[in-house]
Amino acid sequence: MENLVELSGIRKSFGGVRALQGVDFSLRPGEVHALLGENGAGKSTLMRVLGGEYVADAGTVTVSGEQQQFRGPMDALEKGIAIIHQEMALATDLTVAENIFLAKIPSLISWSDLNRRARELISSLGFAISPSATVGDLSVAHQQVVEIAKALSRNAAVMVFDEPTAVLSARDAERLLDIIATLRERGVGIIYISHRLDEVFRIADRITVMKDGSSVATVERMDVEIDDVIRMMVGRSLKALFGEDVERKAGDEVLRIENLSDGARIKGASLSIRAGEIVGLGGLVGAGRTELVRMIFGAERALSGKIFLRGREVKIRSPRHAVKAGIGLVPESRKEQGLVLDFPIRVNATMARLSPLVNALGFVRRSKEMSAVEKLATRLRLKAGSLNDPASSLSGGNQQKVVLAKWFHADGDLLIFDEPTRGVDVGAKTEIYSLIKSLAAEGRAVLVISSEHIELFGLCDRILVMREGQLTGSLEPADYTEEKLLRLAMVNSATAEAAAIH
Amino acid sequence: MGNAVADITETAPRSSQFNIGNIMHRYGTVAILVALLIVATSMSDVFLTERNLINVLRQSAGTSLMAVGMLFVILTRGIDLSVGSIAALGSIVCAILIQQYGAGLSIGAALAAGGACGLVSGVLIAFLKLPPFVTTLAMMTVARGLSLIVSAGQPIQMGDAGMLIVDFGSLSFAGIPYPVWLMAVVFVIAGIVLTFTRFGRLVKAIGSNIEAVRLSGIPVAFYTTSVYVISGVLAAAAGIVSTSRTGIGSANIGVGAELDAIAAVVIGGASLMGGRGGVFNTFIGVIVLGIIANMMNLARVPGYHQQVFMGCIIIGAMLLQYASNWFRR
Ligand SMILES: Nc1ncnc2c1ncn2[C@@H]1O[C@H](COP(=O)(O)OP(=O)(O)OP(=O)(O)O)[C@@H](O)[C@H]1O
Ligand SMILES: [Mg+2]
Repeated sequence: MENLVELSGIRKSFGGVRALQGVDFSLRPGEVHALLGENGAGKSTLMRVLGGEYVADAGTVTVSGEQQQFRGPMDALEKGIAIIHQEMALATDLTVAENIFLAKIPSLISWSDLNRRARELISSLGFAISPSATVGDLSVAHQQVVEIAKALSRNAAVMVFDEPTAVLSARDAERLLDIIATLRERGVGIIYISHRLDEVFRIADRITVMKDGSSVATVERMDVEIDDVIRMMVGRSLKALFGEDVERKAGDEVLRIENLSDGARIKGASLSIRAGEIVGLGGLVGAGRTELVRMIFGAERALSGKIFLRGREVKIRSPRHAVKAGIGLVPESRKEQGLVLDFPIRVNATMARLSPLVNALGFVRRSKEMSAVEKLATRLRLKAGSLNDPASSLSGGNQQKVVLAKWFHADGDLLIFDEPTRGVDVGAKTEIYSLIKSLAAEGRAVLVISSEHIELFGLCDRILVMREGQLTGSLEPADYTEEKLLRLAMVNSATAEAAAIH
Repeated sequence: MGNAVADITETAPRSSQFNIGNIMHRYGTVAILVALLIVATSMSDVFLTERNLINVLRQSAGTSLMAVGMLFVILTRGIDLSVGSIAALGSIVCAILIQQYGAGLSIGAALAAGGACGLVSGVLIAFLKLPPFVTTLAMMTVARGLSLIVSAGQPIQMGDAGMLIVDFGSLSFAGIPYPVWLMAVVFVIAGIVLTFTRFGRLVKAIGSNIEAVRLSGIPVAFYTTSVYVISGVLAAAAGIVSTSRTGIGSANIGVGAELDAIAAVVIGGASLMGGRGGVFNTFIGVIVLGIIANMMNLARVPGYHQQVFMGCIIIGAMLLQYASNWFRR
């Protein structure tokens, strides 16, 4: 069968960084081809070359047998290549239908016709989203559906998904995988990038593994086991996926909250965490976990309730108070909330605690700062050209490590991680788990939000579950099963969500 | 400007990369200046004389003070439209008080008045989240109105007590007029602050991603407010510099000066979207404006034509920025 897409000998450098060093890749019609590799392996860069965003330094891009010279994303779209980025490129103030047909909106608009066509496209994906809804009001999952419908409206023959499930709840991820299966049946060629190997093994026909800018191997899914793939990616097999277990003792209580509520999403939450403990916070996306920790961190106002740190009541009015009181928060969205992307890695890493690196006149001591950041970079195994490069030049996983570095440097007693391993490769995940465990072993209290249940089970001493703004229960390691967690997270909410869709 | 290089690398995107876009981005402003120098020299014999060049610098002094304040504001992704009016307020306050209280106190009071205007704008913008454009637009009319009220719309002679200020405006030290010295000092200090201090780093970071900075536990409202205070103080200082030329305080100085200040910063390659810009390039931006005005005066271009020409130069500078971004892809 003729290949839909053929990339051969693709090279791309950014200054000194050789991101791609001669990559070969091919895609057949109607296949799901997974692209795997560590953070910074070059997956996204390769797809940006295919999508016309970057011009390769060398190599050829062939689509349906014709060699292409893409000058921009529009050229690639023209040839039926649609890339669904993790940061979605939708106009949030426009309606669903307007977004879907944005590129070829007729000069005289017939709304009923446009809405009807939008509705058809969406329902062909098995969803019912109103075409006249404003995109900004939709959940992330539904926005993704709109993005896919947009690609379909342009008759995309090739769809690239770059870590699509990283922002989805377990159930929405499930639905997305169903959509992908439908698309495959229609003969669309799909390139699927993910760090969640279980998903990949469920939907992929073939798997290509990249390492350090080269393609290591392309294999049929049937022929390999997860372990083989991990070995190809990281060069060794990972025994302790959740990091080395270090001896830890639970000490004194560090944080206690009583009846915290914001008058809207959070309806009276109470919990307590002790030094040396790693506590998980589970639940569905939208259960209010992020809102709760943002309230503890002072990023959002609490209307009522009390917060105690080390037994003393504190008022936390802003993140500044929180940081002073020794709380750190690794936020869920590193691009918007975690990093100043245009700024050097060095500056980002020290932003939360500059005072030890600044003299009395406010001058930053560069050499001291540099050595502090170098230490952090080694500890986190950060893969970066230079620590003076902007954070935007890093791959997703390495950007996450910079956010972690910031809070390691700030060195609080209570660290809150909101989805700490989102978009992070297996090897780096293990490192992050080890780091979290060692932080706890040093006597810090840790609170982890995660939508990946396995992660909660592997990492936490105890899991608190939230549903619709309330804590509904707590699980001890003996109770760690998917079913028990979901029961606490979901009762009643299934009907609520069904209602929201229609 | 020994710190200029460090200043530029701090904000330079991507590492040591040889690429047209980066070169244009770094040296575009300087290239405009060089081109202008060549044109000006060939157009007039007088241009390259020491006297004329010093004159260009002297006339740029007021604008440059406002441009430095404006740079800080623009780095935080704001804008300050009130600087021209605050300059008038500074001029009036200084001229009225000087006969009774002497130069030191009256200059202090003028700077404080400018700072107070900035403080009000800053608090409204940073704490109450009003949009900078509208807030400083309001401050622009308020400050102008206050200066008209206080001066009753009349020019105010500073008299004998103002000799010190008139001397400042007319005398030189080591062959360089005092206002030019002041300009140099302000630029150097601003360059150091922006490049080497925590304050400068955070001001730029706020313009680049305010949410990430806030969630790092940094009091962003404090920093945002302080750039408007700085801008207000420098604008009042510019008003005094402008008064020093004539010895007469006036509520009509600085009309439209905010546009010159913004133009200088933008020609200097700063981004109105915040986070990007440097002191050295702003200095060049000020000089570019100064030379254009000077050239047109030498060539006896009528005032109205000058405005059209100035507008074209600003658009040209924006196009250059745009092109450099395009090449850096
Ligand atoms: N615009 C850029 N400027 C400089 N370096 C870049 C740029 N884009 C990517 N790189 C570098 O190229 C390499 C590959 O990055 P890429 O984003 O393709 O990785 P990835 O495989 O998608 O990783 P992840 O799984 O973390 O998303 C990294 O080392 C990264 O730092
Ligand atoms: Mg990527």
